[in-house]
Amino acid sequence: MINTLVGDFSREEFMLSGHNACSGCGPAIAMRFIMKVAASGAVVVIPASCWSIISGVVPLRSLKTVVLHCPFPAAAATGGGIKKGLEAVGDSRTQVIVLAGDGGTFDIGLQGISGAAERNEDIIFICYDNEAYMNTGTQKSSATPYGSYSATTPAPKVKSDPKKDIMEIVAAHRVPYAATATIAFPGDLSQKIQRALETKGFRFIHILTPCPEGWGSPADITVKLSRLAVLTRLFPLYEIKNGAEYKLNFLPEDYLPVNEYLKPQKRFASLDKLQIEHIQESVENHWKELCCKTGTRK
Amino acid sequence: MGRKLMNGNQAAALAVKYSRVQVVCAYPITPQTSLVENIAQMWAGGEFPGEYVSVESEYSALSYLIGASYSGARTFTATSCQGLAYMHELLHWAAGARLPIVLVNVNRALGAPWSLEPDQLDSLSQRDTGWIQFYCADVQEIMDTLIFSFRLVEQTRIPCMVVYDGFVLSHTYEVVEPPLQEQVDHFLLSPPSRAAFHTDKPQTIQAVTDSRYLSRVLQERHLSMLKIPGIVKELDHKFQEIFARSYPLAEGTNLETADTVIVAAGSLAQTVKSFLNTVEDRKEKLGLLRLRLFRPLPKDEIASLLSGDNIKKIVVIDRNVSAGVGGIFAQELRALLQGIPYRGKIFEFNLAGGIDLTPAMMEKVLQAISEDPGSEGKIIWGVDLQ
Repeated sequence: MINTLVGDFSREEFMLSGHNACSGCGPAIAMRFIMKVAASGAVVVIPASCWSIISGVVPLRSLKTVVLHCPFPAAAATGGGIKKGLEAVGDSRTQVIVLAGDGGTFDIGLQGISGAAERNEDIIFICYDNEAYMNTGTQKSSATPYGSYSATTPAPKVKSDPKKDIMEIVAAHRVPYAATATIAFPGDLSQKIQRALETKGFRFIHILTPCPEGWGSPADITVKLSRLAVLTRLFPLYEIKNGAEYKLNFLPEDYLPVNEYLKPQKRFASLDKLQIEHIQESVENHWKELCCKTGTRK
Repeated sequence: MGRKLMNGNQAAALAVKYSRVQVVCAYPITPQTSLVENIAQMWAGGEFPGEYVSVESEYSALSYLIGASYSGARTFTATSCQGLAYMHELLHWAAGARLPIVLVNVNRALGAPWSLEPDQLDSLSQRDTGWIQFYCADVQEIMDTLIFSFRLVEQTRIPCMVVYDGFVLSHTYEVVEPPLQEQVDHFLLSPPSRAAFHTDKPQTIQAVTDSRYLSRVLQERHLSMLKIPGIVKELDHKFQEIFARSYPLAEGTNLETADTVIVAAGSLAQTVKSFLNTVEDRKEKLGLLRLRLFRPLPKDEIASLLSGDNIKKIVVIDRNVSAGVGGIFAQELRALLQGIPYRGKIFEFNLAGGIDLTPAMMEKVLQAISEDPGSEGKIIWGVDLQ
């Protein structure tokens, strides 16, 4: 049911080597895939985030496309304005892709996203979620999961609240297309970008992108961690059409316990058994809710 | 077209229509509301062919126009007080990105406490954002300045804020002569219709820079701003040829003979002007300097208007206060008059909070400065004279 192969990505690279990402950077891998599918004929809007830096400091740049930078909370509205402005000057073809981090999506950018979603602005909003403000040194965001260390939730006061459910928030706006994806399933990611490109209106893609620096994980397991997030059902791969039609894209044969995902990450080092059980339980509850919405019996 | 009775907000809405704006994006706020409602009405009725987008905040309104302006569309928004403050970050961004956006700010006091009064601190506290600022004195001027601004921003790529007093001008009806569409089309350049980018040509716009590059950008912006008074004068000649109306950078009345000059901006200047016309047989010879272009402040024009030996006293009326400093217009004027051969004394008359200026109050101020020449440097508060 899922295209897990690298599949038919363009051989052309739109992301150049020598960029400013840290080694093992999940957002950099995500961008490489996104660009291979969507770069041609698109404008990319980037608010303050890791990608403000990765895209290059003047006069260097790492993306072979048009990149417009904008203030932190402004991405969704700026993207909508670019699209409306292009239409006003007679260009209805160019795709506008906003690429924001979890801070610019879950936190400071949320109002703008809600407005753009309500107006059904004709843009693709991609959130690359590394679950904290990583660009500035791992301060917590509302995407930071329960039990995680961050510079502003240091042990023993690690994050005590659950991660915000951004997919449900976006879906509640009844937008034409919303999907989750990871860099461990590039075929699935590619398909979802493609579907977004073929859909009109507000499209949202939520990509989990591990950050070795902030998560305290080895740089060479970024893809593996992304896969574990799916196999433990902590980050299910699914789509929501028109805010109502849910579809699970991947049902793991055997579910792995969440600890398999948590263990390699130093940000969860302070978790005790009970807390891990709590995470396991909330993952199972979320999964049940999703299965219920998709009519899946598993 | 014949003369019409309309208020400031209606005049502004009409100017937006005549200027063939392509994307209007706004969020309603008193006392700007009827302006955007008027545009929405014309849009819904097919009279305004541009796009009208109603967003969820002023922050998004200006963000949206930054996007639309990047794409090459002619853009407009309007706001007031808290709304302008909420746009603050984007004001800097629009100016830094050299985007030709035109914005109306209808003056209203910033909270706390809540107020609807026409205090000027909302726009004056945005003076360092890199936007051109005009302060209008009547409804005709609002319409004309707006039309003028679209040409000015597209020629200079510096955004422009057209400012007028809440209620006093936004909601007060005056006789106005609307332009003909052909006149406006003749005056304005065709809309830019050219995006800041081309999808075939990869480029990065407004990426992170180092201090050396940034310093050049800021220096260039400063130098471009300095050219604005000259460009406004030039464009005003063109405007006059087409519309048979002309507006100075700063307007002087009786300055050749006055011993006491009152300085004011916006509708306050109109009030002072009628005071000059109605009061006769007084010991002072009164004059008026109306500040119109405030950013950049037209230094040479103002200095030359105030250069006469006859001027002994200057009374600056501020309907705003920078706490701990005083009126902002007074502060700016003092700075401007530094180092030029000027012998007059500067007095501050402050109406912060939106106090109405009355002839009786004006009399009391003139009396106070003649009885107590030591009041220079102190602030005479309108609220104490009521």
